[in-house]
Amino acid sequence: MNDAVKPFAITLDPGSSKLNHTGSWRTERPVYVDKLPPCNNQCPAGENIQGWLFEAESGDYEAAWQILMRDNPMPAVMGRVCYHSCETACNRAKLDEAVSIHAVERFLGDYAIEKGLRPAVSADPSGKRVLVIGAGPSGLSAAYHLTRMGHAVTIREAGPMAGGMMRFGIPKYRLPRAVLDAEIARILDMGVTLELNTKVTDIEAAFAEGFDAIFAAVGAHLAKRIDIPAHAAGRILDAVSLLEQVETGAAPALGRRVIVYGGGNTAMDVARSARRLGAEEAMIVYRRSRKEMPAHEFEAREAEDEGVLIHWLRTIKEIDETRFTVEKMLIDAEGRPQPTGEFETLEADTLILALGQDVDTSFLTRVAGVEIAKDGVVGVDARMMTGRAGLFAGGDMVPAERTVTVGIGHGKKAARHIDAWLRGAAYGASERHPLAEFEGLNTWYYDDAPRSVQAELAMVRRQTSFDEVVEGLTEDTALYEARRCLSCGNCFECDNCFGVCPDNAVIKLGPGNRFRIDYDFCKGCGLCAAECPCGAIQMVPEIG
Amino acid sequence: MNDQAETGGQRVRFYQTGTHTVGNRLMDAATRTVQSSIDRSNAITSGHRACQGCGEALGARYALDAAMRAAGGRMVAVNATGCLEVFTTPYPETSWQIAWLHSVFGNAPAVATGVAAAMRATGRTDVRVVAQGGDGGTTDIGFGCLSGMFERNDDVLYICYDNEAYMNTGVQRSSATPAFARTATTPAVGPHPGNVFGTGKNLPRIAMAHEIPYVATASVADLHDLEAKVTRAMAIGGARYIHIMVPCPLGWGSASQDTIKLARLAVESGLFPLFEAEHGDVTAVKTIRHQVPVEAYLRPQKRFAHLFREGHEDHQTLAAIQAMADANIRRYGLLGEGKA
Repeated sequence: MNDAVKPFAITLDPGSSKLNHTGSWRTERPVYVDKLPPCNNQCPAGENIQGWLFEAESGDYEAAWQILMRDNPMPAVMGRVCYHSCETACNRAKLDEAVSIHAVERFLGDYAIEKGLRPAVSADPSGKRVLVIGAGPSGLSAAYHLTRMGHAVTIREAGPMAGGMMRFGIPKYRLPRAVLDAEIARILDMGVTLELNTKVTDIEAAFAEGFDAIFAAVGAHLAKRIDIPAHAAGRILDAVSLLEQVETGAAPALGRRVIVYGGGNTAMDVARSARRLGAEEAMIVYRRSRKEMPAHEFEAREAEDEGVLIHWLRTIKEIDETRFTVEKMLIDAEGRPQPTGEFETLEADTLILALGQDVDTSFLTRVAGVEIAKDGVVGVDARMMTGRAGLFAGGDMVPAERTVTVGIGHGKKAARHIDAWLRGAAYGASERHPLAEFEGLNTWYYDDAPRSVQAELAMVRRQTSFDEVVEGLTEDTALYEARRCLSCGNCFECDNCFGVCPDNAVIKLGPGNRFRIDYDFCKGCGLCAAECPCGAIQMVPEIG
Repeated sequence: MNDQAETGGQRVRFYQTGTHTVGNRLMDAATRTVQSSIDRSNAITSGHRACQGCGEALGARYALDAAMRAAGGRMVAVNATGCLEVFTTPYPETSWQIAWLHSVFGNAPAVATGVAAAMRATGRTDVRVVAQGGDGGTTDIGFGCLSGMFERNDDVLYICYDNEAYMNTGVQRSSATPAFARTATTPAVGPHPGNVFGTGKNLPRIAMAHEIPYVATASVADLHDLEAKVTRAMAIGGARYIHIMVPCPLGWGSASQDTIKLARLAVESGLFPLFEAEHGDVTAVKTIRHQVPVEAYLRPQKRFAHLFREGHEDHQTLAAIQAMADANIRRYGLLGEGKA
């Protein structure tokens, strides 16, 4: 334009306000972060729960399952038997109810079995050989992870079948064997060699055979005993042996009335199994109260539902054939049971002891450097290695909570350290992201959605058969449940930041690519961070 | 995974956030907002001079982008003087990416009427006209023109962005300033601090009294609702009015990141009811999701700080404001069927 013809006060050509970089106003800048969701933080198997739920939310169950399989080779088992402490940690519990993580995991596990999905493996063969002793959850997990890392793995199992406590400790009504068998077979199909009925008694001989490393995970199978004065002993069994006999079809007749002594999950399992084996009365005698029992509340409740009678605060003092004298107990200020001097009698045909298990460490006593503590567990360092270089140990035989999930987690952890050790390196765990706290969420955006409930088998069949008690979710309910996940601390592309920026300074990068801040124009108002539902944006001060 | 993709749509509702968020990767396009789209008009582009966390910049883009989509991009916007005009067009720059016109403070409704008439006269009836202003330009200075536009039922959608005072000139009170609020002209001093007790001009109800085809209130805290109302208004002919509450961090003395939160609390407390009216009658009401006491809305704002002086909380005034909210809740049935 010719300046001469312009009227007064409009001598400049119009321009876009984009010439004005308002980013210079900023004192704080929004930054996208990935925080550690409390479920992931809690998982003993180190699962990326939020990660696989994210994929499941879109209905891509295979992608979800593959993420699951990076950490846990047995999702169908895990979804059934894990005590899911992730759900206790779940932030959604503070909103309405925790996400039913275990039920979605079970759905994904069953889906993979049904579709015959295989884990994605890409590592080249390392040429190293690793021996795993024991085909329980720890051993199978270690074998799986070591195979994924390219090592050749042999499992030697003393028993006639693989599965360990998953088979000989957890009854079928909680874990159908077809599920267990399918997930074990999938691990073996990856090229793991399994030698059954092969008890390893000489560690050094195994090393001499040519194994570069050994992972021992023999579990804890020796039932603890107790001395009870008996005038004429009736039938006394131990819980672990009985559950094993049930599995192999060799369970003895228990009689009409059964007393189980103990208050742990095994006591509940064995009492419930006794009902199924035909015992008309299954009683549990436990010296402390419901509050102190080591069993999970839901296991006690399910046992009671099935007609198991629990005598709290009782110890067995004397046995005379079918007559049991029990003493009433009281819990003192320290939470310990104290005798009261009051007695009762109970009648039963069989007593089953469920007082815990010890580790059979005899195969390690001659190995130089291995430390065995007074309580019978084996000492390991932070790498899960014993005092003997190259000999690692995990699962129930090392000091830890004795659950399948912890065992599976040990297998993974040990595999990582064995892999590093075989390469002459040290495994460096990646830095943990800061925890995604409930307070960091903007819960306004989440819809009310009550947790879905898993159906249970009819009571008559629960009392008479070993059919699975808890049913799985349908696809619709699994999807619904996955979509209840708050995605704590991790962007799920809800477009809120893109929408609420008054300055159009958030750039949407398209599906799967999240967003980017345009710092030329971002004024640092903080609206994107405040309105992010899952707390995945943090405001950090501008320096300088 | 085609059968799964279908499941990933809407057969199982997306319960994670429902439809409260701007968009979502799992919702089908029809249930996402205009704002979630990369192709939105961005009626006001970056580089404008609005304060950090400006509710009006946000509300205007929300409303105009939705109107642009509804009009297929054939739209003229007329602007009254006010923050919106000032912060978008400092000479010689402009943030507007739509056909936009500014005349003077008080005549936006009349100018819009003229634009609509001109379009009709030139046979361009496909071009829609939107007029807009702040609460000052709407409830005070442009009020006569607006009432005329309503009375003649001119084919204009008028949108008021209500930030409850004259903000860019230094926070002077308007007839939309709420009771007890401190402004530059209603200081928090003396026996009756802040703005006079009263409800101010309730322009949505005044518009309804003109029995025009469509009146609605909307909030920057409920984007889905806001866009639905703009879209509906654009589908109707004649005079239409939408009143959008847009918090102002500067004038309200609130944190810049709290703009949407405050708009939400205004709705959830009942102080700012969301409703639609046709030809003078209320036809739809957005019910309160999680009711909060008015204090939750008032306390974070420095313009109400005199109500919360430590040891001298003004419970009487708080009760009076709560009574206003309760009256709204009763009048519009904001807690849903059969609740008051």
